[in-house]
Amino acid sequence: MAKADRKVKPPKGKPKKIWLTILFSVVSVFYIAPVFMVLLNSFKKNTFVKTETFALPNAESWAGFDNFIKGVTFGGYPFWKSVLFSLVITLLSTFLIIFFTSMAAWYISRVNSPICKIVYYACVFSMVIPFQMVMFTLSKTAYNLKLNTPWTIPVIYLGFGAGLAVFMFTGFVKSIPLEIEEAAAIDGCGPFRTYFKVVLPMLKPTIISVAILEIMWVWNDYLLPYLVLDGTKYRTIPIHIQYLKGSYGTVDLGATMALIFMSIVPVIVFYLTCQKHIIKGVAAGAVKG
Amino acid sequence: MEKTKKKKKKAQSYSSVNSKLLRRPIKRASWFFLLPMVAAFCVGFVWPFLQGLFLSFCKFKTTSDWKLIGFDNYIKAFADESFRYSFFYTALFAVVSVIFINVLAFVVAYALTQGIKGTNLFRTVFFMPNLIGGIVLGYIWSMIFDGILTAYGTSILMNSSWGFWGLIILMCWQQVGYMMIIYVAGLQAVPEDMIEAAKIDGASSAQTLFKITIPNVMPSITICMFLSLTNGFKLFDQNLALTGGLPYIINPDGTTVHTTEMLALNIYNTFYGQASTSRGVAQAKAVIFFILVACIGLVQLRSTRKKEVQQ
Repeated sequence: MAKADRKVKPPKGKPKKIWLTILFSVVSVFYIAPVFMVLLNSFKKNTFVKTETFALPNAESWAGFDNFIKGVTFGGYPFWKSVLFSLVITLLSTFLIIFFTSMAAWYISRVNSPICKIVYYACVFSMVIPFQMVMFTLSKTAYNLKLNTPWTIPVIYLGFGAGLAVFMFTGFVKSIPLEIEEAAAIDGCGPFRTYFKVVLPMLKPTIISVAILEIMWVWNDYLLPYLVLDGTKYRTIPIHIQYLKGSYGTVDLGATMALIFMSIVPVIVFYLTCQKHIIKGVAAGAVKG
Repeated sequence: MEKTKKKKKKAQSYSSVNSKLLRRPIKRASWFFLLPMVAAFCVGFVWPFLQGLFLSFCKFKTTSDWKLIGFDNYIKAFADESFRYSFFYTALFAVVSVIFINVLAFVVAYALTQGIKGTNLFRTVFFMPNLIGGIVLGYIWSMIFDGILTAYGTSILMNSSWGFWGLIILMCWQQVGYMMIIYVAGLQAVPEDMIEAAKIDGASSAQTLFKITIPNVMPSITICMFLSLTNGFKLFDQNLALTGGLPYIINPDGTTVHTTEMLALNIYNTFYGQASTSRGVAQAKAVIFFILVACIGLVQLRSTRKKEVQQ
């Protein structure tokens, strides 16, 4: 809204604005250059990535799609498996977080008992805790409770990521007028029907914001799955890439770049399709957290 | 910004009117609504946190095999030169990155709210790096820096100041777009009539910027400053992937100091890199780190709340 208003403003100093557009176009090209560098280098043979990083691939350095083919099974671990695990963990965690924290947030703000307040402030407190504080004990706890597989690690994410989600949901639930729920209660809805039929649909904007934030966090998270999961069996994409670079000596840079590119593409596609929601979600999360 | 303020005001008025009609049936179903989240929260946060706090006073190899030794770990942590070094390195990095990121983000946001052509496209481009994870970002930039430096027969791992500025560039690339989004939201909330009034009164555009716009976006500035500060302190993935702490120097007494190692990486290396006997020290370092980050976070919460009350 506000932005549209800006555009209507009398075009004072129009030449200056064209100049700004040109400047930003140039800056933007430089800004996305790193991603193009990755694409460029993924077509080069290993030895040329370091020596001719910025040159276009020529007849000598051109590797075609060899790097992509090689990258798929690179490092003795199939790439599609790490994509699959990343996907499973991200989707499952996000779903768990949204499902359980929204209910808890509703409960907290409607019941408002001392226990609720303790839980709420514990959640707020957990938002400022750096992961290093709990990483050793958390990975041991996860191991002891058998939460160290891609299908059970979402429980850990639910626990460690609950803080922000509860905070955001509580903020929104408090703004929903009580009268709606009271009307539902008078019409004979129990707490379950009231929540799932009345409250949950109203939470949609916050659900989207929280989902975006959690997806961005879980998909890119490296240390938590690295410490919790068994690296020989389960690797997410960041873990896989770190393993490749971490193996000293025989790093095939071309194939690594191909892998990095393949891992960026879905992210960019996701970004371009949900851009509006992502930017909104990020702004909401930042303002609140 | 404005919306959340309104929400907060509403929230205060509603939480006092808590209807019994709703409250009792919900309370009876607490096992369904509250319990799962609280259980996971205890497993994923409360228990590891308390255990970590306790173990920082112990000598331990695993979580079940410990011996209380009081404040020894803390004394050792502060005596560790690599920890002190990484502490000041991190602080310096955080401050420098806060300045760069916020100045750049504000400039970009200000330019993009002037109604120039292609605003949406530019915003899309500037935000894009945020979606890419820290590990991948680190490797992209290490390729680029090495591509430049190989021509001079060297690499980013050879010189600690290259590592420092490399990481600054990386962080700017990643975070400018993020902070820009927050600044744009703040700038759009500046009342139009105020700016117009200033123009009618004959204020120059610089005067309008410094006397009207900046004071009005102060809440966004506070949020962004704190966000980039805590991000700087907590940085791990990018640090690990770009330089991994290299190059290191060996002191005369045999200890090594990684010259581009930040706090989080230092703690990680103390936990998993060295002998398992140093885990107690690592946990003590982690507690110190937690207190530091938590203090910044709590100051932030208070200051943003104060701002909201004032307006």
